[in-house]
Amino acid sequence: MQDFRIAEGGLIDRSRPVPFTFDGKSLEAYEGDTLASALLANGIRLVGRSFKYHRPRGILSAGPEEPNALVELREGAAREPNTRATIAEIFPGLAARSQNRFPSLTFDLLAITGLLSPIFAAGFYYKTFMWPAAFWERVYEPLIRRAAGLGRASGLPDPDSYEKQTAFADILIIGGGPAGLAAALEAANTGASVVLAEQDFALGGRLLSDRRIINGQPASVWLADTEAKLRAAENLRILTRTSITGIYDGGTYAGIERVSDHLPSSHSQPRQKLWRIVAPRAVLATGAIERPLVFGGNDLPGVMLAGAVRTYLNRFAVKPGSTAVVFANNDDGAGTIADLTAAGIKVAALIDSRPETPPALRALAAAHTIPVFTNATIRQANGGIALKSVSLGGSAAGTKIACDLLAMSGGWNPAVHLASHHGGKPVWNEAIAAFIPGPMPPGLHAAGAATGQFSLGDALATGHAACRSAAGLEAAPPPNFSTGDESAAMTALWQIADSTGKSFVDFQNDVTASDIALAAREGFTAVEHLKRYTTLGMATDQGKTSNVTGLALMASLTNRTIAQTGTTVFRPPYTPTAIGALAGPHRGQHYRPTRRTPAHGWAEQHGAIFVEAGEWLRASHFPQPHETGLQQSVDREVRAVRQSAGFCDVTTLGKIDVQGPDSAAFLDFIYANAISTIAPGRVRYAVMLRDDGFVFDDGTVARLAKDHFLLTTTTANAARVLRHMDTCHQIYRPDLDVCIEPVTDQWAQFALAGPQARLVLEKLAGAATDVSNAALPFMATIEAKLCGSIPARLFRISFSGELAYELAVPASYGAALATALLEAGAIPYGLEALNVMRLEKGHPVGAELNGQTTAADLGLGKMLSKKKDFIGRALAQRPALCAPDRQALVGLRPRSAGATLQAGAHLIPAGAAATAANDQGHITSAAYSATLESWIALALLEGGTTRIGQIFRAVNPLQNTETEVEIVSSIFHDPDGRALHV
Amino acid sequence: MVGCKQPTLRQSYPMRLTCPFCGERGVEEFAYAGDASLTRPAPGADQAEWVEFVYMRKNPAGVHRELWYHAAACRQFIKLERDTRTHEILATSPI
Repeated sequence: MQDFRIAEGGLIDRSRPVPFTFDGKSLEAYEGDTLASALLANGIRLVGRSFKYHRPRGILSAGPEEPNALVELREGAAREPNTRATIAEIFPGLAARSQNRFPSLTFDLLAITGLLSPIFAAGFYYKTFMWPAAFWERVYEPLIRRAAGLGRASGLPDPDSYEKQTAFADILIIGGGPAGLAAALEAANTGASVVLAEQDFALGGRLLSDRRIINGQPASVWLADTEAKLRAAENLRILTRTSITGIYDGGTYAGIERVSDHLPSSHSQPRQKLWRIVAPRAVLATGAIERPLVFGGNDLPGVMLAGAVRTYLNRFAVKPGSTAVVFANNDDGAGTIADLTAAGIKVAALIDSRPETPPALRALAAAHTIPVFTNATIRQANGGIALKSVSLGGSAAGTKIACDLLAMSGGWNPAVHLASHHGGKPVWNEAIAAFIPGPMPPGLHAAGAATGQFSLGDALATGHAACRSAAGLEAAPPPNFSTGDESAAMTALWQIADSTGKSFVDFQNDVTASDIALAAREGFTAVEHLKRYTTLGMATDQGKTSNVTGLALMASLTNRTIAQTGTTVFRPPYTPTAIGALAGPHRGQHYRPTRRTPAHGWAEQHGAIFVEAGEWLRASHFPQPHETGLQQSVDREVRAVRQSAGFCDVTTLGKIDVQGPDSAAFLDFIYANAISTIAPGRVRYAVMLRDDGFVFDDGTVARLAKDHFLLTTTTANAARVLRHMDTCHQIYRPDLDVCIEPVTDQWAQFALAGPQARLVLEKLAGAATDVSNAALPFMATIEAKLCGSIPARLFRISFSGELAYELAVPASYGAALATALLEAGAIPYGLEALNVMRLEKGHPVGAELNGQTTAADLGLGKMLSKKKDFIGRALAQRPALCAPDRQALVGLRPRSAGATLQAGAHLIPAGAAATAANDQGHITSAAYSATLESWIALALLEGGTTRIGQIFRAVNPLQNTETEVEIVSSIFHDPDGRALHV
Repeated sequence: MVGCKQPTLRQSYPMRLTCPFCGERGVEEFAYAGDASLTRPAPGADQAEWVEFVYMRKNPAGVHRELWYHAAACRQFIKLERDTRTHEILATSPI
């Protein structure tokens, strides 16, 4: 039963009832309701418990500024805590629950914290829970979190999907109230492309809430007409349910569109969409937010903002109470009285805090026989879990009036938040006792109530004007909007002096006037200190109803003006934003691209186990059915390569094609060793340094023709090397005529290695291509046709230390080549076996090329050319980089057979204690070598190869292990490289 | 449709950079590439000069000449003059 629904009027559709539940109770609302209006229609006024004191709380506002009515929406994984009931649209089956109550909303055991409130005053964390220190993490924090919390996160992965979209516009209009609509009407005429963003699901702003007249007719007529015109305009896009949350550089705006939050099921739509709107000009028409008044018990359910009362009456046709008292410091009370009486609600009193009540307001009250108390206040709102009466103060001290609804208005704060996102401080305006926008972000033009001009006529006129100036047009008289007289005169009232009970300034954080006084006494008088010490203005509402009042109280306590006291900094986002919306589709597997080599599917079919290598998936090993573990497969693959032939997908290595008459000179500049001396058809191992003299990357350089090179990079550095080459070319050596192109994705490349490798290659090359040692010697390259038709480049290079080739074919032939290699008798091996074999040969990889090693550290010192300039040459000669005691690459073998070695273990001289002072190096890579039937490792050790033969302890304090090791050459297998040349 | 049209009224702040080769693009296409006013020392320069070039950077409050790399598109380095206090871009040019 919607007992508090008004029979007629409002913007709800009575023909469409909507069932929903609150705390499990089945209720009914109408389409067009918010959860807040639906609850009020059903007579539910107690909606939640407060953060710290567990005080009963109801609905304060009718918009995104709501500090009290925070609920959990939906169920299961989709459960969303701390949702403002005032902006949650009702939909069939909506399940809402109250928060922070135990065991139930009406009977909350933790409300006892209210009686203990002297302990829980501002700063109580810092004072109460200090000792013993060890208690904080284990006792105090969990306790406080349980007692003082809001909603519960679901703890499950977010089941919804999110999107991102970018829009470009000439003009963005932020806010679809009267000012924004007037701006949009004008913008539609200019032909500029326009986006109009409105946070509500309906356009109109206060026109939906207040009964106003425009041009002699109800505002709803003008509104419908305007919306029809705007929707018909082709240059205008209307985004409702879209909150602009931030203004960034370059006319870039962030907006959150709640795409399907109002639907029972998303129907495959995203839940929310993050808009990036790029607009060089914008109109700020964000309106204003009403201020509560500060008196004892001002947080009781039934105490509401007057503007919100009018919204519930007029827009939702809901009576928020039966007997009302209006308490205001301004002329807005007139509209509130008129709307309440029109809805048949008895107004028991008008309490005007000003010394004089204007005659017009007095006459209106008299017409409805409403007693007026001028120069009076409310010192206390009374009631248990709902408002029952108010006790007056000031000139009416001693009077008590029964009521169940209090409509209060302390004036309006322009919504200046977005205007400050570039750091421009809002400016205090004494006439309206509020901040108005100060220096604005470039291109932003404010209009309407956001500028402190509160009348409807001003909103329409300034909206029109702001659009003209945003569009770069000359000012022009606005269309004739006749709106009638209205007064927004007010006299600030910050605190009721003789109030006794808890007077809340920040409802959401349970910050009272006395907390602010405490902060002032204890020296936290700067606004940012005030905020942190009392938590004023934190959490989901970010102080939208409380900040200015809190500042005003602090100003008076410290004998400063409000302008001198200043404001805290407003930062994006303006309203709470789901992390999911910021992430958009970039979740899980979609967080970054997954790169697969052309033969990935082939490897999958052949049982490969894959590992991530940066963005790439690479085959780690190819287990056979009988094999029981990684090591067994790897050992088999290593032996196969060392004894017959294997092949491995090395497509992921970066490949960069360099062409042009100055290619050789350019590569001489970027590599530390000579490149220009490579003969066409030959390949050379090459190393590049950074400008600071440390090793950057290594790879091979093949000279395909006089002016054509193909170089490889490590997998991890492919993009970095390309950028480095672009830097070297465009910035350092633009005089060189070269063209640099990444070709990693164009080629599939396989290493073919082992004593039988040539036999395998001969089968693929057939009679057409001579791959004999004479025709294709070590470190040579030729072009060939494999399997009769696959165009290929053959490189006789070896990473494994065996007779080996790398075969490059166009990417689309990757799988075909893998099939052919298998058929020709080679077995596939993965990254693990590749790594074991490079370790056996002492080749450095990422663990050794760690950005802190020099070429000399890695045993490559002799590669540094003395005959040419190259990147890194100058600083590689720094004394510290040439010091003989630097840590340099060595090999390690355990002294006892079967002992294991671990990367990361530290090297301590035998007999010395395992302390940092005795630490002389560490293991960079370790693996079990099937070839040597022993664990082997590479290490960086002080003195490097001069320590060969010495005994060290390899100590791993993390796993509490220790192994005695002997220092050996870093080349374990075939140190003379005989296998390479056969 | 709004989305099809590029802004006619332009401003230069670095959420949007104007590549001299590609036009106005989102900043996420670019990578910052350091101080554009540095000059690479001559090959024979002494080490102090190299240390200055490799390590020492100014952090001006005001106009800063800087390099940006259009990594996600044309791979060209471009030169900007940016006011570090306001992020305003005063000039954009090829290097």
